[in-house]
Amino acid sequence: MTRRRLRVICAAVLCAIFGVGLFASTVSPYSYARQFRERPNAAPSASHLLGTDSLGRDLFARLVYGTRVSLLLAPAAALLATLIAGVFGGLAGLVGGWCEKLVLAAADLSMALPLLFVLLALRAVLPLDISPILSVIATFVLLGLLGWPSSLRVVWATTRNLRNSDFLLLARATGCGRWRMIVRHVFPNLRPVLFAQFWISIPLFVLTEATLSMLGLGVMEPLPSWGNLLRGLEDISAVSANLWRLAPLILLVLVVICFQLILPAQEETA
Amino acid sequence: MSSRLKNLALIALLAFALPVRAQTGGELHFCLHGEPKTFNPVLVDDEPSENIRYLTGGVLIRLNRQTQALDPALATSWKVSRDRRTITFHLRKGIYFSDGTPFSSEDVAYTMRLLMDPETHSTTGDAFRSGEGAVQVRAPGPDIVVITFPAPIAGLERLFDQVAILSAHSPKKEMAVLGPFYVADYKAGSYVLLQKNQNYWKHDAQGHALPYIDSVRLDIQRNRDIELLRFRRGELQLINRLDAEQFDRLQQENPVVTKNAGTGLDAEELWFNQVPAAPLPEYKKAWFRTKGFRKAISMAINRADLCRIVYAGYAKPAYGPVSPSNQFWFNKSLEDPKYDPQAALRLLAQAGFRYENESLKDRAGNRVEFTVVTNSGNAAREKIATMIQQDLTQVGIKVNVVTLDFPSLIERITRTFDYDACILGLVNTDLDPNGQMNVWLSSSENHQWNPSQKAPATSWEAEIDKLMREQAAAATEKERKAKFDRVQQIAAEQQPFIYLINKDVLLAVSPSVIGAVPVVLNPPGFWNVETLRLGPAPELGVQK
Repeated sequence: MTRRRLRVICAAVLCAIFGVGLFASTVSPYSYARQFRERPNAAPSASHLLGTDSLGRDLFARLVYGTRVSLLLAPAAALLATLIAGVFGGLAGLVGGWCEKLVLAAADLSMALPLLFVLLALRAVLPLDISPILSVIATFVLLGLLGWPSSLRVVWATTRNLRNSDFLLLARATGCGRWRMIVRHVFPNLRPVLFAQFWISIPLFVLTEATLSMLGLGVMEPLPSWGNLLRGLEDISAVSANLWRLAPLILLVLVVICFQLILPAQEETA
Repeated sequence: MSSRLKNLALIALLAFALPVRAQTGGELHFCLHGEPKTFNPVLVDDEPSENIRYLTGGVLIRLNRQTQALDPALATSWKVSRDRRTITFHLRKGIYFSDGTPFSSEDVAYTMRLLMDPETHSTTGDAFRSGEGAVQVRAPGPDIVVITFPAPIAGLERLFDQVAILSAHSPKKEMAVLGPFYVADYKAGSYVLLQKNQNYWKHDAQGHALPYIDSVRLDIQRNRDIELLRFRRGELQLINRLDAEQFDRLQQENPVVTKNAGTGLDAEELWFNQVPAAPLPEYKKAWFRTKGFRKAISMAINRADLCRIVYAGYAKPAYGPVSPSNQFWFNKSLEDPKYDPQAALRLLAQAGFRYENESLKDRAGNRVEFTVVTNSGNAAREKIATMIQQDLTQVGIKVNVVTLDFPSLIERITRTFDYDACILGLVNTDLDPNGQMNVWLSSSENHQWNPSQKAPATSWEAEIDKLMREQAAAATEKERKAKFDRVQQIAAEQQPFIYLINKDVLLAVSPSVIGAVPVVLNPPGFWNVETLRLGPAPELGVQK
């Protein structure tokens, strides 16, 4: 199978998963919060396709709504992080001097901070009386705001190489203006790197949110996310008895694989 | 002829007794859930050290974990003066520490002086600090000790269950013990090995030296799943605490090993922030101060569902600050906690709230919505909060659930008071109401709904303050009980804490452990360690 074909299949799978997430309220027969208290930990059946969780909530409904939360907000956070990295990394690479030193020092400082603890601390100082929807948006905004440093270093290194390239020297010599040079010459050459950074960040943020939710600090109950659904897998022996509980994990692995396969190959980005 | 028959009978008896004798010896193997901070019984303030103190320490009076009565131990008798300030002990004679040093009243005096020395910083000693002034300890004879405290102490004799006597003369210092075992080996992070104390004073009814077991190996294991796995493999013979899910699963696999000791002393509770200076809108503070509001919330929570779903049925709806398993102090006249959303709505209407379009509003038209915080990582509490969230939608209340890491949560509930309501657990290690003094006195830091008050904010808090102080100074247990019953009644009427459930004490005991009688008091699985025996375990593999 050629790489292009594989990419098409992965894109189709991702589109299907995104689609289910987008139309969660149509696809799912129940609300994600409804507790069927007479049926906790129920096995899959016609009324509950993936069974129920320990509070009797329909696992299929929670998976579908959780997909919406994780797969819509993770790309948004990835976009935010890539934008920050693109703007500041590009600026540092092109301008050089004190600006470069300042931006790189900020990136180094951010990379030295333990992201998880910073997120825990920031979440702790947020007001408590925010709705679950706002809480999940806040979580992903924080992920976006804090997830830029590694992308920034890649963008900075690429821009620095571009700054010293012959074609930019030629453009400058022929009197090309600064903005035209950025838009027509620098940005097209940065685009594959920015795309790659964006695609890489999505699964990274999905996994970080999953980790935060595993710590009980991500998306607030009763809103589902892949992260808090994965918490049901903490108890290995309970999972071995109820294998359908692996559904969120399978979906997460599938999405991460699809994103990785969609990424442009090394020779394509070069 | 009759003498021959007697001899034959004796031989037959000995033959039958042999299997019993064969059950003595062996090593009991279970886990501590953390590193013991100290082996010095005076300095104990953590559970692992507490367990080692229980297994190694000799005490003057032992609280019988099964009957909840006091049994004589190193003291054959004791007498508390009418003013509850002085206690006189008559000590057992001919007793030796594990290293052979003789035991006398000097050791008791030495231990009490060390315990009450402010430089020692003993948590156990804090329980005896009743007022300003020094504690007088006299030893008028080798087997008599008289201890006088500066102020009366209610339930004084019970406190001696925690006081393991140290030797005043032994070169081994705190490692010389009077309990059934002594610490023979310790490898940090790995295990503590206890060996039988050959000088232990206790004997069974047949005159055999106790304990029956030769040694106890305590592996240091924080991970409960690994502990359960090792129990399943037969490497451990006892698990002292299991959560409901683990217990349920183990029971399905092997019902013989699971033991439910009954409803425990610990409770889970919800409370509303009533601190006047809290950074909350005034209308919210007004809701939380309204008795009808708190009672309605309590009524709208389905505690039976909490017990059934969150604890797999291994919990009971909580009545109040005292669990029904606290046989003496529980107020039996308290009403069962009711689940009645309609009655809750009526109470809310009486308190000025109105229910419109499936949402509840106060007099000023503010939608009733609040946030419940709890600590992250506690799956049971998170489930409780989520179930309460759904229960309260029936009375039109919107609840947000926020989990915070423990330091952040403590910061909010003790310093900034920036929270609406909180779910946490109350750990009760003491049967006596004095153990709850720090919760009920309005001046206390642990009076969670409105801590450290200069003067009681409400008349009912003033009454609780008065009753708690009176019960502490009362001359008889009957008087104390009457006063503390009234405290429980006020707590049920006012609901400053909305008590949710009392968890069952769940254990796993291998069939190889003979004589285990799990109880709700700590330590639930090995409180009678001296009379435990070890035999083969067909279900879990032969004892290694």
